[in-house]
Amino acid sequence: MGLFNRRKDRPATSERAEDGQPAAASQGHVPLAGEGSPDAHDAPGAPGGQGGGWLASLRRGLKKTADLLNTDIRDLFKKQGRLVDDEFLRELFAILIKTDMGVGPAGEIRDRVQRDYRGRVVQMDDVLQTVRQGIRELMAQQDEPIAFAAEGPTVILVVGVNGSGKTTSIAKLAYRLVAEGRKVVLGAGDTFRAAAVEQLTIWAERIGAEIVKGPPGGDPAAVAHQAVSRAAESRADVCIVDTAGRLQTQVNLMKQLDKIRRVVGNQVPGAPHEVLLVLDATAGQNGISQARGFSEAAGCTGIVLAKLDGTAKGGVVIPIRQQFQIPVKFVGTGEKPADFADFDVERFVAAMLPASSDR
Amino acid sequence: MFDSLQEGIQSALKTLRGKGKLTEANMREGLALVERSLLEADVSYPVVQDFMTRVTEKALGKRVLLSLDPSKQLIGIVHEELVHLLGPVDPTLHLKREINILMLCGLQGSGKTTTCGKLSRLLLENNVRPMLVAADLQRPAAIQQLHVLGDQLGIPVYSEPGAKDPVAVCQNAVRKAKEQGIKLVILDTAGRLAIDQELMDELVRIDKRVQPDQVLLVVDGMTGQDAVNSAQAFNAALELDGVIMTKLDGDARGGALLSVKHVTGVPIKFIGTGEHLDALEPFRPEGMAGRILNLGDMVGLYHEARKIVDAKEQAELEQKLAQGQFTLDDFKGQLEKMAQPGLVQRMLGLIGGPMKELNQMLQSEEAEGSIGRTVGIINSMTPQERRNTKLIDPSRRSRIARGAGVPPQAVNQLIKDYERMKPVMEKMAGMGAGGRMQAIRELQEGGMLDPGGRGPRIKKGTGKRLSTKERAKMKKQREKDQRRRRREERPQQP
Ligand SMILES: Nc1nc2c(ncn2[C@@H]2O[C@H](COP(=O)(O)OP(=O)(O)O)[C@@H](O)[C@H]2O)c(=O)[nH]1
Ligand SMILES: [Mg+2]
Repeated sequence: MGLFNRRKDRPATSERAEDGQPAAASQGHVPLAGEGSPDAHDAPGAPGGQGGGWLASLRRGLKKTADLLNTDIRDLFKKQGRLVDDEFLRELFAILIKTDMGVGPAGEIRDRVQRDYRGRVVQMDDVLQTVRQGIRELMAQQDEPIAFAAEGPTVILVVGVNGSGKTTSIAKLAYRLVAEGRKVVLGAGDTFRAAAVEQLTIWAERIGAEIVKGPPGGDPAAVAHQAVSRAAESRADVCIVDTAGRLQTQVNLMKQLDKIRRVVGNQVPGAPHEVLLVLDATAGQNGISQARGFSEAAGCTGIVLAKLDGTAKGGVVIPIRQQFQIPVKFVGTGEKPADFADFDVERFVAAMLPASSDR
Repeated sequence: MFDSLQEGIQSALKTLRGKGKLTEANMREGLALVERSLLEADVSYPVVQDFMTRVTEKALGKRVLLSLDPSKQLIGIVHEELVHLLGPVDPTLHLKREINILMLCGLQGSGKTTTCGKLSRLLLENNVRPMLVAADLQRPAAIQQLHVLGDQLGIPVYSEPGAKDPVAVCQNAVRKAKEQGIKLVILDTAGRLAIDQELMDELVRIDKRVQPDQVLLVVDGMTGQDAVNSAQAFNAALELDGVIMTKLDGDARGGALLSVKHVTGVPIKFIGTGEHLDALEPFRPEGMAGRILNLGDMVGLYHEARKIVDAKEQAELEQKLAQGQFTLDDFKGQLEKMAQPGLVQRMLGLIGGPMKELNQMLQSEEAEGSIGRTVGIINSMTPQERRNTKLIDPSRRSRIARGAGVPPQAVNQLIKDYERMKPVMEKMAGMGAGGRMQAIRELQEGGMLDPGGRGPRIKKGTGKRLSTKERAKMKKQREKDQRRRRREERPQQP
């Protein structure tokens, strides 16, 4: 799935026949006697090309001129703006990489911009506007984040790696559901980590939800079973099951998630109705591996992007969406129960790629 | 894409062999791959740029060695620079005679509390009994969590249920520790975001009032580009003394560590490799550099290989090795283990670039044949010959060759391989992880793990194929030899 399908409504200026490499790319390399291989292509963002030496700077100068000559005549009338050259592309790439979207998507966007705007004069903000639009389209999703069961309790299983913020996210989700007037039962399925059950218990008390616990070190599937039974018995609307943090590489622990799924599936048809993967917004490219591992083992239906209140952008959800089609459903923005919101693509994209005046 | 950096660079630089010097132009593609690999490993963008400049400078003008694969040469330079930047190592806590205070800080969920437990365990092993201090008053049940760990380890945990001010808690804890003659106090602070000024100020107040001897930043190994921001903020507020990276037991490449090191400049002390309290290891830059570059970790590989051989067998082997008795029988045993089905798969996760070749070799049928053939050669030797290869004179050699159905050179080759491996194996027996790493590296540099070098050869290289007639003749001779050998093996029988 490409991030940027060729768009008709490109912002900066109107159409221009641009297929193939613009002339600038080849003119840039003036063969200089005795200077090694002039055929090495000048990949934007490649570390070469800007190194020291007068030959290199001469070459760069010539390249700029060539780029300029290739400038679209309409661009000359623009007051401000920048030439889309290697430096511009590198800067764009840096902005994109810093969001954690990864080399794949960032490179794809950069190459796309290079193809469409090479040698043109544009505003970085205009280019970013196009990028934002592409991401908006990719990340679009239905309005209703939770698919509630038609009948019986809606079972939500919450999974994720250690320390991603599962327990806090559960508390926030429960708080919100309770505020909406739903009856919620929590299953304290993290029987491994010290005081994880106590942590969820404190939250349950604070938000007014019932909690079902098992013994420390007990079988989490048994806890899930009890919690779902309890939810059904007490005619609760929602049962949220916590699980211990685990790394997606831990095969046996991942199998355990499948077991929990099967157990609750036998109790309530269609359960678990949602399997939410809690992803730490500070996570880098390992987020992709997490999404892969957890969807294979537990069939994730959505992502909760936690800790988005810091400086991290959470851009790894972009390749995750591209590769596994898992939507982001909620974002966590603080430690209080109310610091939780539906994923809003508009706000997400604006925070991820702010305009230069806000950067 | 390439599975490993090594492969990618190999392909990018394949035309470079023996072509004079490394220049910006001829390295460009290879360096672009290095850059990409670092970004994929989550090294922060500006740090990558800086690193690339350094490496380019280092590599420029280096002669392309005729003997060496240029990709290996470039990777060598990159790896070395990375090791250099990640180091130097300093896993000590610099304890003084009087009371020592350690403070752990970091983002929410990075692993601070667990690491408090792990450090305590390590200290207990070194006969220091620490006291833990529950200074995380934010997270629900954080105090209980620390108490559970303290109980597990049998060490005191200081907490004030209901307290609001972590600064006071820390001060009271230190006072109490002094009263009780406790030498080491570990402060478990609440997770906080670098941009949360209020909470950062709180940390600064603890730092001012309690004056910890060491402030350690705990960083999640899965962190992405944001690592530079948070590390910078924590370092600016607290003047860090060291870094611990956690959750490296998974498949995260851990490139954030380079970012953190880059902006803080403080040593990386330990890495966390599991949820249990014994999962804390002193930091080794070599392994980490390989991991970040996706080259695979030789020592990790070695450990994995060890796990496969069962512990008792391993102990026996090590003892033999320590006594300098790595015989051809042991060699054969090791080879057979390598040929074992499934081993390759199990190791796959650990194997990066350089080992990939070995891996493929082991997987290919030809390789199985090759290991089989090597084992065959050893099988046609008498027990005496296996224990002492010096006995093998030309006549014995041709007998062995006939017995195994191989040309006599193959027997020579095997003996050479074995003799090269023997001292390395013996050295490996009596050393710790670091020494083993060195030994493995020597072995690798010696070409033992390099298919272009020696090792279980794939047929192409040596393979003088025999005609059907020749083979039949050899088979006959082999059977004759076998009968003779059996007689030799039971000399006492009447
Ligand atoms: N797999 C793994 N999990 C870890 C490691 N260190 C900590 N954890 C887990 O990460 C989670 C958060 O740890 P915790 O110590 O509570 O983090 P804190 O919020 O910084 O105090 C818990 O589930 C720990 O068990 C590690 O090295 N490997
Ligand atoms: Mg903690």
